Amino acid sequence: MNDLFALFLRAAFAENMPLTLFLGLCTFLALSRRPGTAVGLGIAVTAVLAITVPLNRIIYVAVLAPGAWAWAGMPDLDLSYLSLIAFIGVIAATVQLTEMVLDRFFPAIYAAFGVFLPLLTVQCAILGGSLFMVERDYGLAESVAFGLGSGAGFAVAVIMLSGIRARLAYADLPDGLRGLGMTFVLAGMMSLGFSAFAQMVAS
Amino acid sequence: MAIPGGFWSTLSSPLVRQNPVTLQILGICSALAVTTSLDTALTMAASLTVVLVMSAGVVSVIRRHIPSTIRLIVQIIIVASLVIVIDQFLQAYFYDISKRLSVFVSLITTNCLVLGRTESFARSNPPLPSMIDALGNGLGYSLVLVVIGAVRELFGMGSLFGYPVLPTVDQGGWFTPLNLMLLAPSAFFLLGGLVWAIRSLRPEQVEAPEFEAPAVSEERA
Repeated sequence: MNDLFALFLRAAFAENMPLTLFLGLCTFLALSRRPGTAVGLGIAVTAVLAITVPLNRIIYVAVLAPGAWAWAGMPDLDLSYLSLIAFIGVIAATVQLTEMVLDRFFPAIYAAFGVFLPLLTVQCAILGGSLFMVERDYGLAESVAFGLGSGAGFAVAVIMLSGIRARLAYADLPDGLRGLGMTFVLAGMMSLGFSAFAQMVAS
Repeated sequence: MAIPGGFWSTLSSPLVRQNPVTLQILGICSALAVTTSLDTALTMAASLTVVLVMSAGVVSVIRRHIPSTIRLIVQIIIVASLVIVIDQFLQAYFYDISKRLSVFVSLITTNCLVLGRTESFARSNPPLPSMIDALGNGLGYSLVLVVIGAVRELFGMGSLFGYPVLPTVDQGGWFTPLNLMLLAPSAFFLLGGLVWAIRSLRPEQVEAPEFEAPAVSEERA
């Protein structure tokens, strides 16, 4: 249990998706203008990551991993090169289902999410979660903790950035730095802060 | 068919004027993650450009046969298949580099740049212009990657492509490597600085302020 909690914290802070691994930066930068959208985005990313990472892990172990077909008399079959397409399919289906469920039962939340719910299909943080799960060989419980942790880390980072950017709208910046340039510098400073968490995990 | 002048502007405008990374905020994830050294940056840039050109060509050739309701899925499948080919190719011929790139080659699948170009250009244009547009965008992306990769490797390790350029202190030279350059924050700062530099030279890219500061009146001051 302790290990799982440590993995959750590591995924959320020391290996924060947008700030130290650079994943999901497109939505991270594009949708962090207002704290309201950032909270919605954070919840959506956490939910989709927490569902898809364990689901992809089950599919990978049962179908794609080397030796998964040993029970059918094909021990040498290695389908792992197909994992990319399988993962994308699972993610697309999960996002679509989430969209339909929200539309049916929580229309207010669905309207608030707007266009960026379908965009989660092509977000690198979500595919990255599944790919890291394979690369690091996580078990089922570990992949649940990892999915939840990296989603929570993304949510924390994007909500923090949106809070700072909302204040920064009134700042008198040099023309060239306004908007995207300043956002990169801010993300860099937040990344410096999160690097400190990595030191804490290491020691 | 566009005239040759049109080809040139399609090819050259994404380099700086319409640069996909610094202006359109597309494909940033990989632009920052793989730039700790120049050779990984160059491999990544080449892989992305190949995937981009090929997928633009394929999508453009079959654009009249894709129903628009499932076009995203079709495009993602095309891109994912091309990425698998590139990934296997790198593992076969450049094993060391593909190990260091780890999951980032696979993540070309979800690079917004690829989907953005197929969605906004290749879907509604003939194959040749689409591929030229894709090549231009791929080169614009590569330019940013190479610039950032070169700066980070030069100041972080004192070398380029692994060959020592600035003699470092532990090899008896004078240059103390800046370890911060190899960490995540410096990539953000460098890209922010690059955006600032480009926008200072090209003021038309500057974003409109959301809030105009009130002018201070002379009497009160």
